[in-house]
Amino acid sequence: MTAIPVRAGPRPPVRPGAPAQPAHHAPPPRPRGELSEAALGALTGADPGEPLRLPSAREAAAVDPLGEDSQLTLYVLYELHYRGFPGVPASWEWHPDLLRLRGDLERGFEDALRERTAGGIDLAAELDALLVEPVHPQDPSVSHHLADTGVWWQLREYLAHRSVYHLKEADPHAWVIPRLTGQAKASLVAVEFDEFGGGRGERVHARLFADLLAAADLDDRYGGHLDAAPAVTLATVNLMSLTGLHRSLRGALVGHFAAAEITTAPSARRMVRALEHSGHGEPGFTRFYTEHIEADAVHEQVMRHEVIGALLAAEPELTADVVFGIQATGLLEERLAAHLVDAWTAGRVSLRVPLPDGPHAGTDA
Amino acid sequence: MRVRLDPGGPLMVEGPVEVELEDGTVVRSDRFQCAVCVCRRSRTYPWCDTSHRGRSHDGRRRGDEGGRER
Ligand code: FES
Ligand SMILES: [Fe+2]
Ligand SMILES: [Fe+2]
Repeated sequence: MTAIPVRAGPRPPVRPGAPAQPAHHAPPPRPRGELSEAALGALTGADPGEPLRLPSAREAAAVDPLGEDSQLTLYVLYELHYRGFPGVPASWEWHPDLLRLRGDLERGFEDALRERTAGGIDLAAELDALLVEPVHPQDPSVSHHLADTGVWWQLREYLAHRSVYHLKEADPHAWVIPRLTGQAKASLVAVEFDEFGGGRGERVHARLFADLLAAADLDDRYGGHLDAAPAVTLATVNLMSLTGLHRSLRGALVGHFAAAEITTAPSARRMVRALEHSGHGEPGFTRFYTEHIEADAVHEQVMRHEVIGALLAAEPELTADVVFGIQATGLLEERLAAHLVDAWTAGRVSLRVPLPDGPHAGTDA
Repeated sequence: MRVRLDPGGPLMVEGPVEVELEDGTVVRSDRFQCAVCVCRRSRTYPWCDTSHRGRSHDGRRRGDEGGRER
């Protein structure tokens, strides 16, 4: 049996005014079109006290809502509510012109998701479908691909893609807390407590992922792979920010969170297998995924029985939103999986910018 | 302490939990809630790893993905 560690001794000195690890936060990304050019130009060059000249609602609506330019712009505008970017004043967060542009892009994004999902209120059917494990999945599955035929450079690319979420793991879901009450709130906070390391900084899931990036010799800075992440990747995170930041979409956030927790444990098991096959089976590489096999077997139960159960007992009219959150998650994850598996099967780089030490380094992806 | 049995799934126990195995060893989890495997299929026994789930052989499931850990 392991002894329970007792903490003692002086705390490390806190230097007042010391910058929060600036080296661990990557600079803002490069623009991918007119919208991101305008937004990033403002953040990095304009005065937050002045009104801005940003693309109009009509101009924003003319750009593909799931494309590179829209998704990067949304990601950058959402980032202002998380940790922002080095050198970008925090006061941009509530600039009305940026919020207006964000709202225009969010409308396009949400409409695109609703057009591509079936909707409905059959929550039991949605959950049941997620609770069955296909032995040989018909649709592309990243974890099956990596476990069966994956090679190290593909695994490293995968970590780079997922870093845009895992380095802020469970942060978007914290926004829903004040929008819940009673048991739904208590149980969701319990899951979040676990995501944030159960009170231990070194066990925060985002930290475990940063440790994995460092072990795999990848940039482990917050935002370090943002330029490399394509729109299909960014969209999976933008869905969480969208549903987390809007009280009207709290049901969808809860549906998304439950869907993610349900599907994680089996895929984390396959990720461990993939790491082992590629010769990286030591705990320094596998810890993030082994933790998720065990943790998400618990989180899944809590999300389904306690969070969704209590939320819908109190607000049954949110059922359609919970279903939407599950379906939108499935849609975006399937698009990402298809992108990754197609690229790798064809021997192509799946990132927008090849990893500096990966195959195809120094070429345009 | 509250315990809940998921039909077809694990026994949910409020943590921290110590489980004594057949050979006398004791394993401990300090998670707020623990999922104790009762189907005996878990590869992280005594903790549930969702191996109790039904499997489909037609390869179908909506929303499949890979490793989107939360
Ligand atoms: S009860 Fe879940 S793996 Fe056994
Ligand atoms: Fe989780
Ligand atoms: Fe997690």
